[in-house]
Amino acid sequence: MTRIPFDLQLLNLCAALLLLLSFAMLAQRRIVVMVNLLAMQGVLLFAATLLLAWRTGEHHLYLSAALTLALKVIFLPWILHRLIRRLQVYWDTEPLLNISGTMLVGLVVVVFAFGLAQPIAALASTATRSSIGIALAVVLLSFITMITRRKAMSQVIGFLSMENGLFFGAMSATYGMPMIVEFGVALDVLVAVLVLGIFFFQIREQFDSLDLHHFESLKEDP
Amino acid sequence: MLTQALELVVALTAAPLFLGWINQCRAWLQNRTAPSVWLPYRGIRKLFFKDAVIAQNASALFRLAPYIVFGTMVVAAAIIPSMGTRLPLTTAADAIALVGLLATARVFMALAAMDVGTAFGSLGARREMMVGFLAEPALLMVIFVASMISSTTALPAITEHLATQNLALFPSLAFTAIAFTMVLLAENARIPIDNPATHLELTMIHEATLLEYSARHLALMEWASALKLFNYACIGFAMFVPWGVSTGTDGPASLLASIPLLAVKLAVAGAALAIIETVSAKLRVFRAPEFLAVAFLLAVLGLLVHLLLGA
Repeated sequence: MTRIPFDLQLLNLCAALLLLLSFAMLAQRRIVVMVNLLAMQGVLLFAATLLLAWRTGEHHLYLSAALTLALKVIFLPWILHRLIRRLQVYWDTEPLLNISGTMLVGLVVVVFAFGLAQPIAALASTATRSSIGIALAVVLLSFITMITRRKAMSQVIGFLSMENGLFFGAMSATYGMPMIVEFGVALDVLVAVLVLGIFFFQIREQFDSLDLHHFESLKEDP
Repeated sequence: MLTQALELVVALTAAPLFLGWINQCRAWLQNRTAPSVWLPYRGIRKLFFKDAVIAQNASALFRLAPYIVFGTMVVAAAIIPSMGTRLPLTTAADAIALVGLLATARVFMALAAMDVGTAFGSLGARREMMVGFLAEPALLMVIFVASMISSTTALPAITEHLATQNLALFPSLAFTAIAFTMVLLAENARIPIDNPATHLELTMIHEATLLEYSARHLALMEWASALKLFNYACIGFAMFVPWGVSTGTDGPASLLASIPLLAVKLAVAGAALAIIETVSAKLRVFRAPEFLAVAFLLAVLGLLVHLLLGA
């Protein structure tokens, strides 16, 4: 077995923990805890970006690490916590599938993602190419989180976690996107959360709840 | 041969002490006056001096089961490399056979519990089997991860491989360590699944299977369950903290040298178990499958991460 350098081992650990956090998010019913898990994902992304920047010596990665810290660890969780307090949504209703079932689906999805990432990883030349599969798995798991939840709030959290996965994927495949793209994405996410925050209030005013189930019928009552 | 005997003696004597230590830590954490660490020994000694009472309609299986359960636990203790990896019996069976051995003990315990035909006995037996059949795949997955890292299923070889290689971070082993802890709690009737301190309640699992036993049979059963906990702890040490186990063949001296470190590991593990049991509440029986599903999931994740990252 070839020996993996220590900083790469740390990166791998970050990747594995990211995957674990995605599963924890999938299993979690309390929205407050989901936001905390999202913040933890942000911390891991920050650590991974910093490590990668130090390893490769690419300066723009330091900038993107700082951006991650400011946006994903501090600002977004803060906004989400504030929204939760304002809207008083602490619990999601029972998810569409029970927890153990969701977990098993998640496992299948992880296997699928790992299989899918194999040819991509073979083409990539970065040292972190083995984590592409994990990034893909995080994206798909967040997707499942969005599918199985009913409240708008948890769907937005799933969406943000998906963005985390994409960011990590870009990082491990190509050492990060060009700076201008990264700034654009960060701004998009920020604006999305702000706009969705306003949306939440509108939805609640209209339906007296954040349950997206109400969207399925066009009129109040036929 | 002498080394093997030494290891067995240590396992047999340390197992009740380990249980006593956990109980003492728990009592401290819960602000109670702690019972003596030697209490399990006294209980076992007391039971050996009593006269056995056996139900009228009990078959021979009922009398035989304690000896079989105790015997399998002793054999398991001999196979697990708790002190040295080069002992005569450690190569007798690999980890998969070891899991089978533990399953044998469980089957006999359940059969004996159902034998007399009381409601509590069969209820406990069924629950025990339910927990067992969910915990076993998780345990096997945990062992497979360690086996894949060291490319062997023999527990002593796994220990040697992990103890002698250069220090490396294994995310997969971190996952499986959590999974293993959950399996340990479930299999040994500890708190999130079962409460070891409860008697005659509708929630009990392990205790319900022992209700009909008395005197020397009960003593053997209790000693066996203490030994089971000790065995599980040593399986955990063999995979996750393998350092300090004697790997040479130079007789009892090197084994004796490994005793202090084993004692330290057991002390830390016991304190950690006591903390886990104090901070968590007992789950409903119907939540047990969810708990063990998470353990299984973590173990499989460990396997997948190992396959992808090679670490």
